[in-house]
Amino acid sequence: MSEEIIKDVIVGENEDYIINMGPQHPSTHGVLRFEVCLKGETVKYLIPHIGYIHRGIEKMCEANTYPQIIHLTDRMDYLSAHINNEAVCLLVEDAMQVEVPERVKYIRTILDELNRIASHQLWWCAFGMDLGALTSFFYGLRDREHILDIFEESFGSRLLHSFVMPGGLMHDVHPNFQKRIKEFIKYFRKKLPEYDQLLTGNVIFQNRTKGIGYMSKETAIGYGITGPSGRGSNYSCDIRKIAPYSAYDKVQFNEILETGCDTFARYKVRMAEMWESLSILEQLVDNIPEGDFTAKMKPIIKLPAGEYFQRVETARGELAVYVVSDGNKSPYRMKFRTPNFSNLFVMNEITAGHKIADLIAISGSLDLVIPDIDR
Amino acid sequence: MLNRQELTDIIREFEPEAVFSEGTKLLEVIVPAEKLVALAEKLKSDKRTAFNYLLNHTAVDFLTHFTVVYHLESTDYRHLIVLKSLISDRENPKVDSLSALYPAAEYFEREVFDLFGIWFNNHPNMKRFFLEDDYGFPLRKDFRDEVNIIER
Repeated sequence: MSEEIIKDVIVGENEDYIINMGPQHPSTHGVLRFEVCLKGETVKYLIPHIGYIHRGIEKMCEANTYPQIIHLTDRMDYLSAHINNEAVCLLVEDAMQVEVPERVKYIRTILDELNRIASHQLWWCAFGMDLGALTSFFYGLRDREHILDIFEESFGSRLLHSFVMPGGLMHDVHPNFQKRIKEFIKYFRKKLPEYDQLLTGNVIFQNRTKGIGYMSKETAIGYGITGPSGRGSNYSCDIRKIAPYSAYDKVQFNEILETGCDTFARYKVRMAEMWESLSILEQLVDNIPEGDFTAKMKPIIKLPAGEYFQRVETARGELAVYVVSDGNKSPYRMKFRTPNFSNLFVMNEITAGHKIADLIAISGSLDLVIPDIDR
Repeated sequence: MLNRQELTDIIREFEPEAVFSEGTKLLEVIVPAEKLVALAEKLKSDKRTAFNYLLNHTAVDFLTHFTVVYHLESTDYRHLIVLKSLISDRENPKVDSLSALYPAAEYFEREVFDLFGIWFNNHPNMKRFFLEDDYGFPLRKDFRDEVNIIER
């Protein structure tokens, strides 16, 4: 046998190796399959295969009324369930020209930010675990529990609360609501530096993330990357600043931008956003105005014929809802532009040339939630 | 940021055949399907408009025709327009792909193809996304699935 054949066939040096990562791989946090083409340990290209949990939410919306649709939206990005609910509510209120009470706007914004912190905490602990730091998982879940307890006390459910309804809220918040949020802010301000001590300064962690998964600003805009992943590439895309909704025009906060463009930059954006969310909560929690928890709505909601568009900032990026109404109580066509759908497809571009272990770090830094991709 | 009137003037200059919808919140531009790519290219490359971000792309089935809808935004100026095109051929709907201009369009278009059956010319990888090849196109209004969808 010639040396060439031994190299080609037996050692496999000149051959590509295709491996399926998923659909049940733990680091995809859901059912997603990457078809990865490897050369040795290096990724040559990667094809995402999606649709394992496609439920046809857009088709279901066409048969349901708007208050029913609220309960479908939080099944998309279940970690920013409240923000997804709010997107549809804002669209309906905008279309029916209903002005919601100030109290509702404040409470919605507080819930948005609590949800964002809870989501970033879960991302942080899972990201650490993906990279082999198991302790972070316990730290993150320990602190997230406090937020879920606040949710449970006020809305009765911990993850998918569907608490926001067109026109306002389902019912008023629990009397303990403000007290518990203040306790949480005090508690989490002490705990957040522990996150930095555990991971951010860790040499192994920095070596695993710095310079990995470079995504330029142009790539981010071209692929439609939004949210913390886009802001890690110095791309200003915060809808809370661009098109403020609810009470975001009444609070002071900074849009976090990082210029690193790598996995570590995206990590730093999310860490800084947790501090920023705490400061938004602090500004709002003492100033919730008294008043009704809902505006007066008609018993059957029918949107006037026409087209409506609403965008909000979820924990992962920009969620846009596009509705074509023909004047009936259910939409003629409803489209959700979900952040994760766009964020996923940049994977091929930014993983090519990296090692397969870095693939885990990169997909973790994009913070993908699979039901949001499949819808 | 350009206002509605300035944007209307610029788009009319680029594409004289463009029709503007009245009374909409966002500026809506309806162009013939074959002029879509040329207009999008000008909108993206011109320094005044600089629509470099494809926010959303979808289609709507009106039974008589399909409408393809593009939401374009400029990340520099933050103006937003809705670009639309009507496809009257329901048997064999076709439109040119924007994937050469916007990488994001490649995946939005694959989703639209999967759920509506609209073929995008010059698309690099026009395959079904979620569903199998012989499945129908579920977001079409005349789609019937006796097994899984209960008619009310």
